[in-house]
Amino acid sequence: MSRAAHGSPLGRAPLVLLVPAGAAVLLLLVPLVSLLVVTPWARLPELVASREVLEALRLTGVASLATVVLCLLVGTPLAWVLARVEFRGRSLVRALVTVPLVLPPVVAGVALVAALGRSGVVGAPLRDLTGLVVPYTTPAVVVAHTFVAMPFFVLSVEGALRASGERYDAVAASLGASRWTTFRRVTLPLAMPGVVAGGVLAWARSLGEFGATVTFAGNYPGVTQTMPSLIYQTLQNDRETAQTISIVLLGVSILVLALLRNRWLDRAPTGPGA
Amino acid sequence: MSGGLHARLHVPGRLDAELDADPGSVVAVIGPNGAGKTTLLTALAGVVAAEGHVEVDGRSWTDPVVGVRERRVGWVVQGQALFPHLSARDNVAFGLRARGVRRAEAADRAQAWLDRLGVGELADRRPTRLSGGQAQRVTIARALVTEPRLLLLDEPFSGLDVGVAAALRIELARHLASYDGVTLMVTHDALDALTLADRVVVLEDGRVAQQGTPGDVAARPRTDHVARLVGLNVLRDDAGGFTAFRPQDVVVSPTEPDGSARLRWAGRVAGLTPHGDAVRVQVDTRAGAGVDLLADVTPAASAQLGLSPGAEVWVSVKATATRTYGGPGAH
Repeated sequence: MSRAAHGSPLGRAPLVLLVPAGAAVLLLLVPLVSLLVVTPWARLPELVASREVLEALRLTGVASLATVVLCLLVGTPLAWVLARVEFRGRSLVRALVTVPLVLPPVVAGVALVAALGRSGVVGAPLRDLTGLVVPYTTPAVVVAHTFVAMPFFVLSVEGALRASGERYDAVAASLGASRWTTFRRVTLPLAMPGVVAGGVLAWARSLGEFGATVTFAGNYPGVTQTMPSLIYQTLQNDRETAQTISIVLLGVSILVLALLRNRWLDRAPTGPGA
Repeated sequence: MSGGLHARLHVPGRLDAELDADPGSVVAVIGPNGAGKTTLLTALAGVVAAEGHVEVDGRSWTDPVVGVRERRVGWVVQGQALFPHLSARDNVAFGLRARGVRRAEAADRAQAWLDRLGVGELADRRPTRLSGGQAQRVTIARALVTEPRLLLLDEPFSGLDVGVAAALRIELARHLASYDGVTLMVTHDALDALTLADRVVVLEDGRVAQQGTPGDVAARPRTDHVARLVGLNVLRDDAGGFTAFRPQDVVVSPTEPDGSARLRWAGRVAGLTPHGDAVRVQVDTRAGAGVDLLADVTPAASAQLGLSPGAEVWVSVKATATRTYGGPGAH
């Protein structure tokens, strides 16, 4: 860092850039360090072992894994269609996929209620026909998580599919492979780094999901209460406990970052001639 | 209906070509970049949609349309396109497996082809652990193992070291000699066309500009591209005839040469490059001859004449050293 700032052959890095950069680092760093400072570490084991936290942890784990599986099952085919099939409205579908990225999660939750709620557009006939009710159940948590996590997965996989290109697909076809065989034996294996990265991203997004989940699935311990919901609820009356539970989630997030490091962070763009 | 290949292909804006080849023949497809060479191959493979008809071994591939999968082509695309996640053996076995051959048999037949191409001991390696020449051998094995009726080679030696390419060229010639299907080979190298092919097809702007035996095309080029490729000066006259002469026969002089039996042009030196023992002088005579002409002079003569880019010179050639062909009634 200091060598880059002072020893560059292009001259010193200007203060007008260094100062705001430092401010950005502080903004990211101070809250995390503060959380570590105020955490009552002595109570951590006892709190983590409490029934409430264990149930929330279990539910978070189940929901995030189910989210990744659901993304794999429907997101991979969608990414393939977007990358390989030309059809009218493809750019529209791609735009639709990215909507949850910018949509406030609460709005996503409200939209899910409108669709799948007891008297929702799909929810009402579904209840009349099958007796199934989605909202305020664990499946509702998974649906909400998948809704917000899907863009991360699809965009990552589509990028990988585009990068590997259609050349290999064409070669496989000339060797007699059907499109399905080609997908299974060539396209998907070549896109596997993107699938893994997309899965980890979707998993991380699911881990921290709060707004859409609370709105659509509620906050019932053991059924729909995930870690973020529990933290938010605890914060209302017991800040210290909330901070302690947050440490657990922070630990998991850092673990995800470590998993992603090799795949993403090492690919930081390098300068010309580097 | 006879065997071999009969094709008439039209890809709007890119290709409009007719092509015939006997069974067992090797056709070199040459032409400048963007002439439609790769388009021709992909259209024959069925990867690119094309109008027209294709017939191979008396069977139509276009009426009704036969898909890429059923076309029985061996397609070696330009650059390395081995599946990077499969071993050399699995790459070669891929086509057999896709066509329903059992795993063990496919592996045996793949191994046999790898052995034939001299890379049998590398069968378990992934493509990233193969050299360019080894990878190209595996690619050719992968194309041939399914016993295609049409073999399409898109610049099979490009990107290889000179020595590796030479060895592979000799080996490929041996395999092609025993191959009874039709081979189409896109190449940028005159040597490939001269050593491997029975016929040469010259594409320009998506059309067949010339075709014939390699010797004929090399001796009587009808396109600037082939003229450059074989190192001949070729002039086109208004009647559609051609005059060709070798750079060795061209004389460079500082003033207008004497002698009536000489063709002569005034020009300006555009470039000098070493060419064997001689210096190859590129003379811009576009005002007179319509093209740049090449002349080979000795280094001593080059120094004596003070040749340097921009210098004004005369180039001339004895009429007896030229060959004329084409033109009205000479087709």
